[in-house]
Amino acid sequence: MFGRLTIEAFQHDMIEYMADVSMLLGAVLVIGLLTYLKRWKWLWTEWLTTVDHKKIGIMYIIFSTLMLLKGLVDAAMMRAQQMMAVGQSMGYLEPDHYQQIFTAHGVTMIFFVGMGYMFGIINYMLPLQIGARDVAFPYLNNLSFWLFVSGGLFIITSLVIGEYAGTGWSCYPPLSGIKYNPGVGVDYWLWSVQISGAGTMLSGINFLVTILKMRCPGMTLMKMPVFVWSVLATVILVIFAFPILTATAAMLTTDRLLDTKIFTEDFGGSPMMYINLFWAWGHPEVYILILPAFGIFSEVVPVFSQKRLFGYTSMVWAILAITFLAFVVWLHHFFTMGAGANVNAFFGIMTMIIALPTGVKVFNWLFTMFRGKIKFTTPMYWFLGFVVTFTLGGMAGVLMAIPGADFQVHNSLFLIAHFHFVIIGGVVFGFFAGYSYWFPKIFGFTLNEKLGKYAFWFWLIGFLMAFTPLYLLGFMGATRRLDHYNVPGWQPLFIVAGIGAALVLVGVGFQMLQLLVSIKDRKQNADLTGDPWNGRNLEWSTSSPPPFYNFAFTPHVHSRDPFWVAKKGKQIEEKRAYHPLHMPKNTGTGFYIGALSFVFGFALVWYMFWLALLSAVGMVAFSLARLFEKEHEYYVPAAEVAKIEMGRSE
Amino acid sequence: MKLAKINAQEGYPDTHHDLHSKTVFGFWVYLVTDFVLFGTFFATFAVLHNNTYGGPGAAQLFKLPFALVQTLLLLTAAFVSGLGGAAAHRKHKGATIAFFALTMVLGIVFMGMELNEFSRLIKAGHGWEKSAFLSIFFTLVGTHGIHVLFAILWVIALLIPVIKEGITAESLRRLTCLRMFWQFLNIIWVFIFTFVYFMGDY
Repeated sequence: MFGRLTIEAFQHDMIEYMADVSMLLGAVLVIGLLTYLKRWKWLWTEWLTTVDHKKIGIMYIIFSTLMLLKGLVDAAMMRAQQMMAVGQSMGYLEPDHYQQIFTAHGVTMIFFVGMGYMFGIINYMLPLQIGARDVAFPYLNNLSFWLFVSGGLFIITSLVIGEYAGTGWSCYPPLSGIKYNPGVGVDYWLWSVQISGAGTMLSGINFLVTILKMRCPGMTLMKMPVFVWSVLATVILVIFAFPILTATAAMLTTDRLLDTKIFTEDFGGSPMMYINLFWAWGHPEVYILILPAFGIFSEVVPVFSQKRLFGYTSMVWAILAITFLAFVVWLHHFFTMGAGANVNAFFGIMTMIIALPTGVKVFNWLFTMFRGKIKFTTPMYWFLGFVVTFTLGGMAGVLMAIPGADFQVHNSLFLIAHFHFVIIGGVVFGFFAGYSYWFPKIFGFTLNEKLGKYAFWFWLIGFLMAFTPLYLLGFMGATRRLDHYNVPGWQPLFIVAGIGAALVLVGVGFQMLQLLVSIKDRKQNADLTGDPWNGRNLEWSTSSPPPFYNFAFTPHVHSRDPFWVAKKGKQIEEKRAYHPLHMPKNTGTGFYIGALSFVFGFALVWYMFWLALLSAVGMVAFSLARLFEKEHEYYVPAAEVAKIEMGRSE
Repeated sequence: MKLAKINAQEGYPDTHHDLHSKTVFGFWVYLVTDFVLFGTFFATFAVLHNNTYGGPGAAQLFKLPFALVQTLLLLTAAFVSGLGGAAAHRKHKGATIAFFALTMVLGIVFMGMELNEFSRLIKAGHGWEKSAFLSIFFTLVGTHGIHVLFAILWVIALLIPVIKEGITAESLRRLTCLRMFWQFLNIIWVFIFTFVYFMGDY
């Protein structure tokens, strides 16, 4: 009946119990609050079933923020362990628990924080920037989101029921095979990656069709905002990379579940095949994360420099070059595999070449600032922080692109420092720049600048303190994923890193405070014009927040930076009659399928095959019901559009 | 600019009027992702196909004429689905239903042959757990089989509304995607036939 799920799955150590209890309390609090305020129906009709790309975008960001907090707790626990566990002292975490923490930290941050934040922002901004009413397939968008949430919930569930993988986030076989990891941890990893990956793939298809088919009249490819270009490149990467992950995870699943011998170390299987395939997805994945961040900076820098973007065409070609190169560098993740000098040289050189288009982009941003009237707002602070950290991290990457040098630092903390410099310094700072830049558009009031800058300084200094020591430790020979070490000389550096992590947490505290204070002062800081920064692109031409249909009239575009040009031209707005708008209807199908996909994965993790079959049938049934349903869309009457639009001008 | 002209440019009253082209294009992109998925399996097959762990290889296990019959069945199924699509475009309800039903029948026969081959191998002691080569063979061909099964069910799901309501714009759009999917199955199978059965025979 319950497969291999027994009461033992609920027994944990004290620290995990504390996490469980705090999560439970949080859930009870939310449920209680919703019941007390009688908001259940509102939650269902306005949010959970919505097909509005803007609301879906906000839900992505909320979910990712929850996951970020969880990932940060993981990080803090690892830092604390490494500050203590030297020589005689074993620290406060069991090795087994420590392994689960670093695995969960990696998966959480990459799949559910980095990806979630980027997909959230893309969801919200992409249709607005191309002058569309929604994405190409609004229902599919809702489904993608719920598959993403379902994937994230596996990590959370593993805290309460059973355990998480202790293999590292990349889950290499044969360690992750059934022979060495008979528990449920790797299965949780597999289904979390598989289901959220399916959601990501659907999003990729959706956004690609949106960009290629739904741009407003006049917006040719070379008139698109650079953010849209970066999204186009990102979804091309998603489309070509994510199926590789799906297939690879599927083969590891059959290895574990059906006893196939694909990645095993005996019966002719090849663990190295897994590692190759994993990184054939994994390297494009890092560009899936960073390219939207590049796009965000390309929006932020010109607006706050009050100049047009320098080198638009070179920016676009740089993005496309990175997109291509992303697929021909995967082997640099395992130069030590022993592929031979020629193969390693090829991948080393390809890796170094990526620095060129990236350098083009950095110089374009700097030249955009050159002789501009720069406004030092919070988004600009994040950009400047990014230039420093990303360039440092990128140069460490070029260093490791030399196979001979990489042999020395492979799997050491030097690598950890490198990818945290580019992912935190690039992706996370990029998201924060976008967050403070677009916040007034999304919620109708600006964020508190002062607290935002405090948060920035704590993040930047804390981040540098937390990760610069890791470069040094890597050179000294400290490998990654250590729960204990015997070299007393390393401890001071680990303590500095721990203090840095604490400073980052203070920065996060300031961000929360910033949000609260900004909500309190929302009346003073309200953005009534819809354009608080003198923005350049179409998203600023709507009200803040935009009406649910985005644009009453489809915009017509004649140049790059269309909204800027329109403002300079002092165009007199024509009086036009409002007409009814065709909009998609809300649907609960995406939510149901997402929920069932969770049940499906959970059932397979615990070998409850009857339940897996039942939920699979349920998913098919819901899809069929949707197929036979009529009228997925409706008309918003012209009078209602007129009412909303009139309300805006008052 | 006159209001009527603007409205005409915007495709008023329905700016979603190109749902057909959006969906078909989106389906093309989906097929790209599925090609990459199979590409991954093919790559793994290419790496592992000699790793028989002392057991028999492709030349001993597979019968080429058997696979050739399967190939012809699937090619015919995809061709017939094309005829069905053409009939749907001409709004010939009866012909559409007949052609797609035939597609489905051919698909079912194909699946029957595939399952027959699988059970023959397993009974002879060449199950997927025996070697890396057999594992990836079953995974690659089996994944294709699951796709065929899905395509068969999909025909049923799409023919019911056609029988009830005739050919609408909606069913035409969906049948177009279905047709593309059968061609896709076909292309993948041609690669399987070439790399797994034909090249394995030598």
